[in-house]
Amino acid sequence: MSFHPNDVVQRGRAANAIVCGVLLFLLSAFFRAQVLRNQEYTLKSEENRLRQIPTAAPRGVIYDRNNKPIAENIVGYSVNLLPQNEDTLRSTLDRLRHTINITPKQFEDAIKRYRRDRTRPTVIVQDASFDVVSVLEEHRMEFPSLIIQSAPKRVYPDGQAVGAFVGYITEINEGQLANLASQGYKAGQLVGVQGLEKQYEKELRGREGVQFVEVDARNRIVPNGRTREDVTPQEGPPLYTNIDLDLQEYIHGLFGDSTSGAVVAMIPKTGEVVALYSSPTIDPNRFVGGVSTAYYDSLRSDPRLPLYNKAVQGQYAPGSTFKLATAIIGLEDSVITFDTHMPQACAGFYYFGNRPWKCWKKEGHGSLGLASAIAQSCDVYFYQLGQKIGLTRLVAGGISLGFDKRTGIDLPEEKRPIFPTSVPEYFNQKFGARGWTAGSHELNLSIGQGDNSQTVVNVAKFYSALATDGSVPTPQIKRGTPQRAKSMNISQDQLLQLRKAMMGVLAAGGTAAASAIEGVSIAGKTGTAQTMRYAKDGKPLYYAWFAGMAPADDPQIVVVVMIPNVTFEGSGSAHYASQIIAHYLHKRVANTIINTG
Amino acid sequence: MPPNRRINIDLPLVIVAAVLSLYGLAIVFSAGKTDVHTVAATAYKSQAIWLVIGIISAFSVSRASVRLIEWMTVPLYVFTILLLVALLAGLGSGAGTASSTSGWLTIAGHRLGQPSEFAKLTVVLMLARVLAQNRVAPRSMIELWKPLLVAGAPLLLIMAQGDLGTSIVFVGIFFAMIFWAGVAWQLLLLLASPVVSLILGFDARIWGAWFLLLLALVLWYKPFLGEGLFVVAANVMTGIVGPLLWEHLPPYRQNRLKVFLDPTVDPRGSGYHVIQSQVAIGSGGWLGRGYLHGPQKRLAFLPEQYTDFIFAVVGEELGFIGVTAALALFLFLFLRVIRISERANDSYSSLVAFGLLASWFSHVLENVGMTLNVMPITGIPLPFFSYGGSFMLACWLAVGVLARISSEGRGGKVGPLRV
Repeated sequence: MSFHPNDVVQRGRAANAIVCGVLLFLLSAFFRAQVLRNQEYTLKSEENRLRQIPTAAPRGVIYDRNNKPIAENIVGYSVNLLPQNEDTLRSTLDRLRHTINITPKQFEDAIKRYRRDRTRPTVIVQDASFDVVSVLEEHRMEFPSLIIQSAPKRVYPDGQAVGAFVGYITEINEGQLANLASQGYKAGQLVGVQGLEKQYEKELRGREGVQFVEVDARNRIVPNGRTREDVTPQEGPPLYTNIDLDLQEYIHGLFGDSTSGAVVAMIPKTGEVVALYSSPTIDPNRFVGGVSTAYYDSLRSDPRLPLYNKAVQGQYAPGSTFKLATAIIGLEDSVITFDTHMPQACAGFYYFGNRPWKCWKKEGHGSLGLASAIAQSCDVYFYQLGQKIGLTRLVAGGISLGFDKRTGIDLPEEKRPIFPTSVPEYFNQKFGARGWTAGSHELNLSIGQGDNSQTVVNVAKFYSALATDGSVPTPQIKRGTPQRAKSMNISQDQLLQLRKAMMGVLAAGGTAAASAIEGVSIAGKTGTAQTMRYAKDGKPLYYAWFAGMAPADDPQIVVVVMIPNVTFEGSGSAHYASQIIAHYLHKRVANTIINTG
Repeated sequence: MPPNRRINIDLPLVIVAAVLSLYGLAIVFSAGKTDVHTVAATAYKSQAIWLVIGIISAFSVSRASVRLIEWMTVPLYVFTILLLVALLAGLGSGAGTASSTSGWLTIAGHRLGQPSEFAKLTVVLMLARVLAQNRVAPRSMIELWKPLLVAGAPLLLIMAQGDLGTSIVFVGIFFAMIFWAGVAWQLLLLLASPVVSLILGFDARIWGAWFLLLLALVLWYKPFLGEGLFVVAANVMTGIVGPLLWEHLPPYRQNRLKVFLDPTVDPRGSGYHVIQSQVAIGSGGWLGRGYLHGPQKRLAFLPEQYTDFIFAVVGEELGFIGVTAALALFLFLFLRVIRISERANDSYSSLVAFGLLASWFSHVLENVGMTLNVMPITGIPLPFFSYGGSFMLACWLAVGVLARISSEGRGGKVGPLRV
């Protein structure tokens, strides 16, 4: 044992150095963690204890032209859980079942939502009633991971009346999420899937807020925990539309539950869509908070196709409503004037290509001028007009009148009408180079049959041009600056005469004489297009059209009504249209009195 | 005139130990302040009681001459060994908090304490006694057979309980004391070399380099031929056997070592403790999140916050300043104890003092180091801080012994034969 003082001092120094060195080393490790990497660890610590609970933003309110709400928000409640893992979610749901009613579907949905996004609280009941919420509040202590949020609930006060254009919202699904994730969408959020809700989704959605809660290591929410300041959700800006809710309701009442069909009403000068209706339709309220399987199945199995928007998606042969287009093309090409009579007078049929082509009136119309041919919708007159124009010009004229294009209405569902795109390529491709002749197509197209299926809104757009100076407005549901484009090369005088001819439709001897109403001069055109389907009693089924405008001398409104698969003719639709026009104009008259008085 | 029975108390030593204990008590109190209350909430009360018991015991011990302690060394050591054997034989029970071992002495269902804490003290005393008998510092391994046996027996017994951490402390004590006894550093290195080989055995090239260095050391130091061959053989053995041994380690031990290299390999399992501890400490910054207010602790993200990971609470709530203060106190304590060892009256006292220092030092290094993952995780408590009665008592008994040695040494007033 060497305990010579010198040795001890030497070893003592070494020991001092080792002790100092080691403690300095430890201190430097702390310096590195606490000072140099402080931010990183602070962030991790905050991530540990803070959970961001998204708070849904109220969607923008949708107003009609009189600022009545079409879609608004009321206070609702959503019940959420912040589970630690799937097992705790399942066990908590099992316990919750003893307190509130949870359907097996809600149970499964909750599990699915959790798997989709584990960081967000899992929605259990999206639209909980106040009773459920108050029961849960009583049992709050038993469910430390429970979050009850007040969540804005979408309400459509007029339900079915507006279903055709307002669309609806649903919780975002996986497919949509994949597309929209880049725009900041997250699982559990609501998204507009049809109509205006989809069209203006970006504006309407607003900005989600964040509520912070503090959780402990077992994901239990700490009551009154120390958190960051919440970010309040921002409501989407309101959407002002041109829709006249009163008229929309009136139309809904007119169609009732039994009649299916579509209506588009617009102001011809501006393209403002004042009503857009499709019957039967959906009730968007029933999609809020998740549509029930029973309701959705009933919609899907309904043979009248309520999920299908007949005003903008449906493509129907326009029938005689197209005769105005044939007339305009003839006038544009100077093939005819208003006084021109066709070589063959109408004897109830027209003989072409070894077979007779029928006029709708078996007895025949005799020899007619253009105005009478329009008023009485003489097929034989227009067969011959079509032949005079020729297929190439008929198609080109139709194209320049916009019969092959979407109207550009602000609804995402709008379909493009079916119309030949060119001659002869279109026909060669469709029928084979030797499979068709220009003649029969000339005849068919001239009366609105054949390769021509139009959307109701496109017909409305065309008649808006007729109702004004010959330029077409873009139909707009959202209020904005009108957009018009020149579409027909005929004089104002010719337009006036065409409208006069259409007044004849509702005058004595016209096809819709019965629909005339007192005090309002309506100009219009019926259309009865073949569907090639038959009713049970063997009668043929038609697309019954009426496109009208009023007052005829200075049209304030254009209304197009189309009722599919009925045994009655276009005159039946005229009946609806004239009532719609009367309702709209009478109200306007009343408004004018109030304004001036 | 009755002899003056008062001893000259080493005030700096006692004060720094007292300040450390109060600091620790304050942290144990804070560690109990969690949002959801646990057993930790009342731990500070029994900790305070044990502190008082510890101080009283320290005072009593300081009244006993070092000679009396030396005289009692052998019986105490034998008693300790018997206790440890008894634990293995079935008197032990698993501890609820500090470690998952069977280190508790339990009689009739009552937990009386953890004998391994006292074993640290008695091993220090016994090693000092054995080493002090040598007139000249051992020059060869064969001369070290006695100290090896003294430290090795309790080490193996405690390892058998499954408490790896505590047994590592014995290794620290052993090396520190033979160093203090004057064993040349080359011999220390040769002794430690098989362990180094065990660690480096995972990489053949690094191990190869180490092995060449070792050969050079052997040739330079020129130990007995047999010993030289033994060391070389042992290194080859451990270098080769190490990786094989690894395979046979229980998975939880493997994980602890894997996690030491990268805690994120198992963030929810073995890595959880150290990750949360690092987050707690790192988020403390310069001044900490405020006493009692550390979120990691408060919300129970930090596990073992009042026992093994108590130093993370210091880091989180009092920040780098609080950590620096604690480490400065420990540094002061260590330097003071080194001074006591230097000035001790005889080699036994000197070795005892240095052994106690080594015990504390290895605890602090291991415990504080593991909170930041610079040391692998073992269930070793932090002296004066971690909750635990036996350990608090053992620490203060050591303070008592040191105070006595200090007062008997140079600068002290009490002669060696005073009782």
